[in-house]
Amino acid sequence: MKEEELHKELASIRNIMERSSKFISLSGLSGVLAGIYALIGAVIAYFIIRHNSDAHGFFTAIWRYINVLLYLSAIAVAVLLLSVVTGIILSVRKAHKRGESIWNKTSKLLLFNVAVPLVTGGIMVVILLYNAGIGFIVPAMLIFYGLALFNAANFTYSDVKYLGIIDIVLGLITACFPKYGLYTWALGFGVMHIIYGSIMYLKYDR
Amino acid sequence: MKIPFEKLDKAFENRVRLQIMSVLAVNDQYDFNSLKELLAITDGNLASHLKALEKEEYITVNKSFLGRKPNTNYVATQKGKGAFKQHLNTLEQLIKQQKTI
Repeated sequence: MKEEELHKELASIRNIMERSSKFISLSGLSGVLAGIYALIGAVIAYFIIRHNSDAHGFFTAIWRYINVLLYLSAIAVAVLLLSVVTGIILSVRKAHKRGESIWNKTSKLLLFNVAVPLVTGGIMVVILLYNAGIGFIVPAMLIFYGLALFNAANFTYSDVKYLGIIDIVLGLITACFPKYGLYTWALGFGVMHIIYGSIMYLKYDR
Repeated sequence: MKIPFEKLDKAFENRVRLQIMSVLAVNDQYDFNSLKELLAITDGNLASHLKALEKEEYITVNKSFLGRKPNTNYVATQKGKGAFKQHLNTLEQLIKQQKTI
């Protein structure tokens, strides 16, 4: 065996270890797009809130307050759905290009490990909405999403871990200063996704 | 000191067997179909290599049912993990040795 062959042997071992335990068809571009959807959502939310409140930032009537909550919830759901659909489509395309199937052992592992913290967070948000815990909705979104990413990092690119930590920290800060929720939401789900998506795109997609 | 190539584990001479052990070294367990897809080889080919590793007592087989479908999972034994590690060490030493020549 020549040295070159030995290197090849080791490279193939490393490759198979990685491919067998991590889902690496996750698309960086979909992260960038998700970030853009989130920013657009945040801007729309900003104008809805401003339009419905007086000069001191208070809502002028209770029905307006409820309407605003409905609009904001609809925006959040729309951003989530668009991001998920984009993520699936682009990841399927990337997997296809690599000649791999999207529904395999690693994608199932990733999905299951993301779903537990994420579904918990979703239920928590709905509970907060019903119990007038409005100020804690954005912190809960950021914290549970951050935890989901932190967990996901074991089953896909490990870079995702740091995005998770950033979102958790942002969530905790927002819990102390709830009135800046819209801004930290835009930062955590918009700006950070665009930055991270770009890094992952440059690092892995090309 | 010269490290002879004979120190490399005979069971891992075959590329597929080495790949199977690589997978089982980083995953608690792996099922037959996922292995087949990952390594892109035929049923018969994979089965014969798994059998060989089983005979060496490097892996164990867990058979169960997922609903009605049979599900066969493979797990690396302590002996198998040790042998794999040893094999990697030898590969590493061989590379080092060739660098110094």
